[in-house]
Amino acid sequence: MADVLNRTAREIRDEVAGGTLSAVDVCGASLDRMDAVNPALNAFNHIARDRALERAGEIDRQRASGATLGPLAGVPIALKDNMCVKGMRTTASSRILDNFIPPYDATVVARLERAGAVIVAKTNCDEFAMGSSNENSAYGAVKNPWAADRTPGGSSGGSAAAVAARCVPLSLGSDTGGSIRQPGSFCGVVGFKPTYGRVSRYGLLAFASSLDQIGPFGRTAADAALALSVLAGPDGADATTATEPVPDYLAALTGDVKGIRIGVPRAFVSEGVDADVRRTFDEALETLRAAGATLVDVELPHAKYAIPVYYLVATAEASSNLARYDGVKYGYRSPHGKDSLKALYSRTRDEGFGPEVKRRIMLGTYVLSAGYYDAFYLKAQQVRTLLRRDYEKAFQKADVVAMPTSPMPPFKLGEKTDDPLQMYLADVFTVSANLTGAPGISIPCGFAAGRLPIGLQLTGRMFDESTLFRIADAYERLTDWHTQSPVI
Amino acid sequence: MSTALTIADVERIAALAQLELTGEEKQLFMRQLADILAYAEQVQAIDTTGVPATAHVHAGQRTEREDEPRPSLPLNATLANAPDADRDAGLFRVPRVIGG
Repeated sequence: MADVLNRTAREIRDEVAGGTLSAVDVCGASLDRMDAVNPALNAFNHIARDRALERAGEIDRQRASGATLGPLAGVPIALKDNMCVKGMRTTASSRILDNFIPPYDATVVARLERAGAVIVAKTNCDEFAMGSSNENSAYGAVKNPWAADRTPGGSSGGSAAAVAARCVPLSLGSDTGGSIRQPGSFCGVVGFKPTYGRVSRYGLLAFASSLDQIGPFGRTAADAALALSVLAGPDGADATTATEPVPDYLAALTGDVKGIRIGVPRAFVSEGVDADVRRTFDEALETLRAAGATLVDVELPHAKYAIPVYYLVATAEASSNLARYDGVKYGYRSPHGKDSLKALYSRTRDEGFGPEVKRRIMLGTYVLSAGYYDAFYLKAQQVRTLLRRDYEKAFQKADVVAMPTSPMPPFKLGEKTDDPLQMYLADVFTVSANLTGAPGISIPCGFAAGRLPIGLQLTGRMFDESTLFRIADAYERLTDWHTQSPVI
Repeated sequence: MSTALTIADVERIAALAQLELTGEEKQLFMRQLADILAYAEQVQAIDTTGVPATAHVHAGQRTEREDEPRPSLPLNATLANAPDADRDAGLFRVPRVIGG
């Protein structure tokens, strides 16, 4: 049964619906694979064996009864552990939520299950999605399936590793500053961040509410498109979801890139980029050009400020969002705060949060505090507007903007943990899409020395996910990077 | 603007953030936050005269709905995760707030 995990989500769904494959068998293969690789990868916080097998059994019974099956029927899927599943422990990889059992389902969970997907696991991540290497988890770092001494990226490292290691054909991550695209790049899989507002954030444990967006990982653009078609659309429980109509994403996969204009911000991507990343980036652009796309130069003069702007805006929002964790309504409570309510709050939070989360709460509190608000927070929001204008101008000349996903291949575990600023700088090419709200995708485009995966990032116009899927799918037809898998 | 931080600054921010930091954490954050803020100061050189702030990319969107009551979580589910609660009375229990 193990070879079933080499199939795409679309193939699994079609076979389950056609009766040539049972959802229980697929689910069992996925569960066994997770059990086998997790000691080496540490990718899963929780494997939901009994619940998953029960749900898979329901799918098989529905098929036997002649019912119409959903678009993800029988497809095993893993969720980043910052999305609420009713009755299933959800921790955000934080000590402060170590014992949290959500009393409700996130909207994405309800939509996936309505489509017939089988949730098999919750994946490890950086605590509250804050990190670029998955090393900030209270449960330890995830290992990169391609190289055990390397990071899988972050913050959705477990979800990316789960797809790369052939545990599941699909998983969900959340992307606040690159947390889907960068681990997608580091693990050699497709990582997709939808337009801000495309997917409901209801039931996603909030990090930075104007930037957070849920999206899929898959091995192909088509599987990511299929997943997004289930997830996308307005939700009354999230006032920031957009009412924009959701197109048929799979219909966009024509295999044709003729006439597509790919914008390349040459000046921005010329500095501080690893030689292998630069080589694969240039080769990927040449492949697309040879297939009929046009390369055009674009300028993003404010992109170089995206990192400081991002870390000012994101930490400010985080400091506010994480105020709710205080040891009263749910989660960890310090035994050392019995003297007063204030002591209860401050001891609980110091003991419950890890170092990076505390660092960001401190930074965010500082930039929002009297005397610093205008100079840091307000200024960052104004530069955010200038960055949006840069992209609006670029999208007049180009249909998408191409950049490497990460300036470097997967780096070594421990390499950047002592220097937070160096870790932040690794997000240089991904944070702009969150600040502008634009959709973005990372697709496998080659390897650095030592078979370390490298990703190509494409950013699109607001709500134009279709063009990203179309180019990514066409690129997959021209290359075989996405078919390669790590030995584990 | 100088981003030199003192221990007193760190303590002031920690108090606002409801974090009781250890002495070691205060020293570490004093250094690291100063580094990050010194880097972030580069945004202050950008001319933003007359540029509106972006708080949210869909800020113009109408998000109101009819003010009609809807079901909410039942009390027992709301209290289920509480570290300390009087479940019969339907209350979260916390240390004394007044006159302690």
